[in-house]
Amino acid sequence: MNFFNIIDLLAEADPDVLDRFSSRRAVFNSLGTVAQRTALATSPLFLGALFQKAYAGTASLPTDILNYALTLELLEADFYRQFLAAGQIPAGADFNAITVIKNHEDVHVAYLRTAIIAAGGTPVSGTATTGIRFNPSLLPATYADQLKYAQVLEDTGVRAYKGRAAELIGTDLLTPVLQIHSIEARHAAHIRTMRGQQPWVSLGDDLATDARFQAAYTSGVASSTKTAIALGGTTYGIPAYNPAQPSPAESNQQQGAAGTKLAVLITTGIGSTTYLADDAAAAFDEPLQAAEVLDSSRAGGLLA
Amino acid sequence: MSDNLQPRGSDDTSFAQPLYTPIKRRSFFMYAGATAGASALVLAGCSKDSNNATPSLPAGNSVTSSGAISLGSGDVGVLNFAYALEQLEADFYSKVAALPSGILTGSEYTYFQEVAKHEAIHRDFFKAALTRDASGQVLRGLNPKYPAATFTDRTNILATAKAFEDLGVAAYNGAGKLIKTPAYLVIAGQIVSVEARHAAYIRELVTPGSFAADDIVNATSGLDDQKSPTDVIAIAQNFITEKLDASTVGK
Repeated sequence: MNFFNIIDLLAEADPDVLDRFSSRRAVFNSLGTVAQRTALATSPLFLGALFQKAYAGTASLPTDILNYALTLELLEADFYRQFLAAGQIPAGADFNAITVIKNHEDVHVAYLRTAIIAAGGTPVSGTATTGIRFNPSLLPATYADQLKYAQVLEDTGVRAYKGRAAELIGTDLLTPVLQIHSIEARHAAHIRTMRGQQPWVSLGDDLATDARFQAAYTSGVASSTKTAIALGGTTYGIPAYNPAQPSPAESNQQQGAAGTKLAVLITTGIGSTTYLADDAAAAFDEPLQAAEVLDSSRAGGLLA
Repeated sequence: MSDNLQPRGSDDTSFAQPLYTPIKRRSFFMYAGATAGASALVLAGCSKDSNNATPSLPAGNSVTSSGAISLGSGDVGVLNFAYALEQLEADFYSKVAALPSGILTGSEYTYFQEVAKHEAIHRDFFKAALTRDASGQVLRGLNPKYPAATFTDRTNILATAKAFEDLGVAAYNGAGKLIKTPAYLVIAGQIVSVEARHAAYIRELVTPGSFAADDIVNATSGLDDQKSPTDVIAIAQNFITEKLDASTVGK
C-alpha cells in the first residue's frame, strides 16, 4: 500500500489536503525511524490517525503556531527597540542587560521567520511603523515604569509558549520552541531582579495588584475572541477560546491533572511535607491559551 | 530475564499518535493503564529473580545488565528522569539551606532557602505523580554525593548551583520531544521555566551580566541549551551514588 497514492487521490477531491498535512515530507519525517515508517505507512491505524488529525478541524498548523510565536517576538523586539531609543536606561549593567535581551528577541524573530518560510508558510511581519509593533503611546516616560512593561512582556511570553507546546508534539519544531521558552524565562527572571522583585512569579509581586499589569498573572479574556488572527500581513489560526476552562492563574496551587486523573494540591497533597502557598505557586509557572495572550487585557492590548 | 527487564511505558501508543494535535487523553490512559497492568504482571512473575539479583531495590526499579538502575521507558521514563534530577537538586539545596551562617551572604541564604522549597516541591510532585500514574515503576530514593569542598565555600556552592540549574534547563528542553502525553509536556514546561529563572538568578551571583550569556545561549539562534537524557545523566551521575541508565527514556 502506498499512502502517498491515497493522499494524491484525496487531493483530487480536496485540493487543500496537502495543506492539512503541512507537506508530504513533513508527514513522513515526523514518523521516526525507517523501520517505523515502513511499518506505519502500511498500517490502517496510522492512516486513520493521520486523517483524523488532518480533518479534525480544530488543530492549528505548525506554521500557525510559529506565527503566533513570531507575533509575540516581534512585539517584544519592537518594545525593546523603543525602550532603548527612549534613552532612560542607566548606562552599565542595566543598559547591557536590556541590549542582550533585545538581541535575543531579534534573533528569535529571524529564527522563527526562517522556520515559517521553510515550512511553507507566510511569516507575519512588523517594522517600527507598520505591522506588528508595540504601541508607542503606551511607552511610559520613566525607566522604572518602562521596566514594568518588560517584565509583563517576558512573563507573558513564558506563559504563551507553554500554552501551545503540546500542539507541537511529534514535530521537530517542539525542541526549538522549548529552547526559546526557557530563554524568555531567563529574561523574565533578570528583569524581575532588576526591578527588585523575586525572579519567579510570586504572590507578593508588586504588579499582581497593579491594575495596568495584573492581567498578565491571571487568566480569562476581557474581549471577544477569534480563531483567525489577521496581523502583520498574513492570517493565522489559533485554537478557539474555551470560556469554561480558562487557564490557571499564576497563583494556582494545584498541579498535575492528566486525562481523568485530578490535579493534586501542592501545599498539602504531595507527601508528608506541608508547603507554603507562595512556594507552591512559585514552583510552577502557568500556561495561557493563545486567545488569552492575544486578548486586549494582555499582549493584544499592547499592539499598535 | 529479569536483569534487563525495564519498566514498560506506552510505546505502542506512538503508532496512533496524531501529528500535530494531542491524542485523546482518555484513550491514551486506557491504553497506558492496560500496558502498565500487563507489565506489573510480568514484573510479578519475575520477582524472585529480581530479588535475587538486586535485593535492595524496591519494586519498579529494574537493573540493566551493567548493574545500573533503568529509569524506564516511554513517558514513565521521562518522569523518572525528571524525578532523578529533582531529587539531586532538592538534596543539594536542602544542604545549602542548612549551612551555618558566614559562608553565604544573608540575601544569598534567603535565596537558597526559597529555591530549596521549589526543588523539594518538584521532587515530591514527581514522586506523587509517578505513584499515581505508574505505581510500581517509581524510581527509588537516590543517594547524592558531592566533591569534598562543595559546601565549604561560597564559590563552590554557587558554581554547583549554576551547573545544576543550567543542566536542569537543558535536560527538560531535550526531553520534551520524548514526551507523548500532552499533560506531561505542559507540566514539564511549567517546571523548566522556573528552573530557567533559578539559572538566570544564580548566574548573576556568579558573574554579573551572565543571566543569558553566550556560553549557554546560541548567539545566532537565541536558543537555550538542550541535552539528551543520556548526556544529562552522564553529567549528573558524578553526583549520584547509584548508577542510572537513561538509554530507554522516552522510547
